[in-house]
Amino acid sequence: MGVYYLMAMMNPVNSLKNLIPNATIRGTGFSWNLVVDVLAQFQYAFMQHAYAAGIIVAVVAGIVGYFVVLRSLSFAGHALSHIGFAGATGAVALGVNPVYGLLVFTVGAAMGMGFMGKRIYGRDVVIGIVLAWTLGLGVLFLSLYTGYATEAYALLFGEILGISQADVVVTLIAGVVTLIAMAIMFRPLLFASVDGDVAEARGVPVRLLSILFMVVLAISVSEAVQVVGVLLIFALLVTPPAIAERLTAHPIKAIGLSVLLAILFTCIGLFISFYLPYPVSFFITTLAFITYLAVRLWAYVRQRFIKLTSEAV
Amino acid sequence: MQKKNTTDLTVSLQDAAVQLDSRIIWDNANVNVEQGEFVAVVGPNGSGKSTLLRVLLGLQYLSKGHVKVLGETPHRGNKLIGYVPQRRTFEPDMPIRGRDLVMMGLEGLRWGFALPGPGQHRQQKLVNEILQSVEALKYADRPIGQLSGGEQQRFILAQALIGKPRLLLLDEPLANLDLRNQIAIPQLVAKLASADSTTVLLVTHDINPLLPVVDKVIYIAKGNMVIGKPEQVITTETLSRLYEAPVEVVRDSNGRLFVVGLEQEVAHPHEH
Repeated sequence: MGVYYLMAMMNPVNSLKNLIPNATIRGTGFSWNLVVDVLAQFQYAFMQHAYAAGIIVAVVAGIVGYFVVLRSLSFAGHALSHIGFAGATGAVALGVNPVYGLLVFTVGAAMGMGFMGKRIYGRDVVIGIVLAWTLGLGVLFLSLYTGYATEAYALLFGEILGISQADVVVTLIAGVVTLIAMAIMFRPLLFASVDGDVAEARGVPVRLLSILFMVVLAISVSEAVQVVGVLLIFALLVTPPAIAERLTAHPIKAIGLSVLLAILFTCIGLFISFYLPYPVSFFITTLAFITYLAVRLWAYVRQRFIKLTSEAV
Repeated sequence: MQKKNTTDLTVSLQDAAVQLDSRIIWDNANVNVEQGEFVAVVGPNGSGKSTLLRVLLGLQYLSKGHVKVLGETPHRGNKLIGYVPQRRTFEPDMPIRGRDLVMMGLEGLRWGFALPGPGQHRQQKLVNEILQSVEALKYADRPIGQLSGGEQQRFILAQALIGKPRLLLLDEPLANLDLRNQIAIPQLVAKLASADSTTVLLVTHDINPLLPVVDKVIYIAKGNMVIGKPEQVITTETLSRLYEAPVEVVRDSNGRLFVVGLEQEVAHPHEH
């Protein structure tokens, strides 16, 4: 199995064609029998790891993403991933595991954003300015690193097929920590997100929750970068909850649906990528985008239909 | 001034003043509100009506004088106070139902999340009861942002009332409402408040829709504050003294009051 990790690490395009040069000859071609197909995929440890890490990240992203959309933090989440890129490339340049650099930079930036609060005028401009500078830093760190461009590529677009068992354990621990934090914060965070002024007057620690949530978001972003990469973070953190919130106004149902969609996009993306020579990230983001389009189209048609029928009456 | 037992007072301000930066918002305020009274807080824009509510909520300190709310010094997070801040409306795509908003008034302060069970069932029953009394049950499951201003206001009110507050502070709850709801919402507030003898302070820029329901009026202008029955406060003499300028209170054929002789925003109570 070790050879697969090695190949995945060296492989600039994280598609399976380089991991299993001739899938069909190995008897792992697509058979229409999904059980057999899944079992065939699970013969490979890297696929087991990919599914495990993907599902953990999807669950976290689905829950945390609900609040990202509710609190209109999608730009902040996007910015966090880019700021994390500088941390990750810095860590690579220093010869440290990029995940540590990612965590240090995203958590630091998240606390800064949390302190700025929700209502500061021009906050997005400040975030954008910091984001541009850290991307510049990232480019510098990349140039200092004399190795392959592989690491940068993996950070930008995700490297789910190169995830080791140790990475899965780290992802699981980070995932459990973020989920416990979300469970504890749930009711006051929902109150503060929907109705901040009243929550504050009633004694909800709005500022503290804002900082804590940003830290949780930073950890989730750092996890999700492993699956979809810095540039594609939206696909897991924003698209599933955005779809769910269009379909239901029931908070618990929306969160459940968001998690379900994130898991589906990740797993179906992984499943397809086993047979087609294209990157997993492409399939995950495309599935998310098509579903979002379909839901918006459906809502539009339904509205038109209701209008037409009410006019007919 | 007759002597009152201060423990019966919901709100008591003595020689109170608020200063923001170097600007004095109001000064020498002496106001007593008794338990169960419905008080309208009126005055031109920027006169410090919302500041008064912020003082009572413990979000703004006095620069001078004393304030007591329900017998204590104001402090943040007082569960005996229900508060509806000034706002427009919820965004159309806010993915929350009206009943969720009301539930937050009941358990939004508790850490953790709600587990299904008898406790949760009881809470939902309480929510349904209050929604019934504000006549909002039939659209309680729709996204709140898609409801009209008057419908949204009912949920906001229910959220403030579900914790059984002793004092209800409402900041401009009638702004952005249609005429029908400008009459209906104050009546609803008065009905629900009097049932529990809850004290109400309602900030408004137009006293007229409230005249049928209010006990007293707090009028703030030019840094001065007076309290009294509407017919005592909204008079040519009192308001001229308050504004430190000659103004006239006129009454139209429907009994509506208008203050004339001032700049635009005061002369036209409907102006925003």
